[in-house]
Amino acid sequence: MTRRYSIVRLLRESVRGNRGWEPAWRDAEPRRSYDVVVVGGGGHGLATAYYLAKVHGVRNVAVLEKGWIGSGNVGRNTTIIRSNYLLPGNVPFYEWSMKLWEGLEQDLNYNAMVSQRGVLNLLHSDAQRDAAVRRGNAMRLAGIDSELLDVAAVRRLLPMADFDNARFPIRGGLLQPRGGTVRHDAVAWGYARGADQLGVDIVQNCEVVGFRQEGGAITGVETTRGFIGTRRVGLACAGNSSRVVAMAGLRLPIESHVLQAFVSEGLKPLIPCVVTFGAGHFYVSQSDKGGLVFGGDIDGYNSYAQRGNLPTVEDVCEGGIALLPSLGRVRMLRSWGGIMDMSMDGSPIIDRTAVTGLYLNAGWCYGGFKATPASGWCFAHLLATDSSHEVSAAYRLDRFAAGRVIDEKGQGAHPNRH
Amino acid sequence: MRIDCPYCGPRGNEEFSYYGDATRTRPAADADESAFVDYVYLRDNPAGSHRELWFHAAGCHRWLEVERDTRTHLITGVHEVGAKHDANRDGTTR
Repeated sequence: MTRRYSIVRLLRESVRGNRGWEPAWRDAEPRRSYDVVVVGGGGHGLATAYYLAKVHGVRNVAVLEKGWIGSGNVGRNTTIIRSNYLLPGNVPFYEWSMKLWEGLEQDLNYNAMVSQRGVLNLLHSDAQRDAAVRRGNAMRLAGIDSELLDVAAVRRLLPMADFDNARFPIRGGLLQPRGGTVRHDAVAWGYARGADQLGVDIVQNCEVVGFRQEGGAITGVETTRGFIGTRRVGLACAGNSSRVVAMAGLRLPIESHVLQAFVSEGLKPLIPCVVTFGAGHFYVSQSDKGGLVFGGDIDGYNSYAQRGNLPTVEDVCEGGIALLPSLGRVRMLRSWGGIMDMSMDGSPIIDRTAVTGLYLNAGWCYGGFKATPASGWCFAHLLATDSSHEVSAAYRLDRFAAGRVIDEKGQGAHPNRH
Repeated sequence: MRIDCPYCGPRGNEEFSYYGDATRTRPAADADESAFVDYVYLRDNPAGSHRELWFHAAGCHRWLEVERDTRTHLITGVHEVGAKHDANRDGTTR
């Protein structure tokens, strides 16, 4: 059993040569059966297992991961958290996620470096200001913090931005002060440690290769490490959701697309919050190590390759330079790609499927990281009680057929435009 | 990623806009609702060979059907939508 982390323990270990630390979780061998099997050892899968054990007392749980935990998108994102949504289906869910972030480190006894440094959406036109006022007011009506900033207030935050850009002058911003960043890998590790302490088996290098069904109900999963019996399977394998459900004979309203992210060399403190450019697709924050972490659009075509192409790199960097010309001499250190479940309305799915006992958590587009705690919370609720949690009740799989899509951007059924 | 347009030659993918899966076919007007839901929303989304539509927006304005591996981005065939033959520029077929 892993012991608690504390300042006392840190001091004790520091004078004893740090020889008393033990692994934060067990690398478990799969058992023959479980009450619940969660497929996917990323942030969402691990959070699901943690809340199943913690909130619902369901401890006979396995998390199956085809690689090593946290090797997918939870380690590939730009670490931003926010709850600045407009539509009723999204607002309560993302705000619940924000509240869970706020208590996460104390709950997990793990330093995830949750930093509520603010998320600032810049505005460049009257129309954008109107839209921001509408969204900000919708957030406030839902009890979420939002502030409309004028140019002077934005200047105080970002004195180096190009305010008088001839095409895209900065006219203000919408700030969510409680938004910010979180150390993404630590989220996976913290949930893994928390789940492990509650008895969850985290099984790595164990890929699901098929589902066993009887009379339209799940009886277990076939894996590369043998058959595992279970009546309830929760899929949290965004990026590969279509491939996995295809093994159960299902199709999804999802395309897999590649999203790239970038980090620069380390700089002195420059950017105090998360900033998004409203005239192009570019967002940036500065890590505690000093690197600028930034990104933009998805590449825009179906991909499972975990790497993108140069036109998107150029487009993202152009957006960055248009907003912050002083970045022109900054060197980019690394870029990488992750595979997104791009859904048909830009919103996720947490629901049952047509197969009894097979539950789906998918379609996170490129906003899955901020949703991690609430996604785990709501998926655990669904797996434990067979009913949707109230804040995720709109994320139904049948909403497309029923015409109840949740399309924040109003783009229609074009996954590459959300 | 470069797409070998039958009319313009190999061009960077930034010249093209993407319209997704080329294998979907629009149901007849009197087909039932589930057929339209399937057509509008559901996708095979394969990891592997994918037939897809690209529009050469910054070039010849032709619609192209491209066969590409979604795991590697390797393109194995390009032809104009509606063309009788899948002819490449050099006269070979894919």
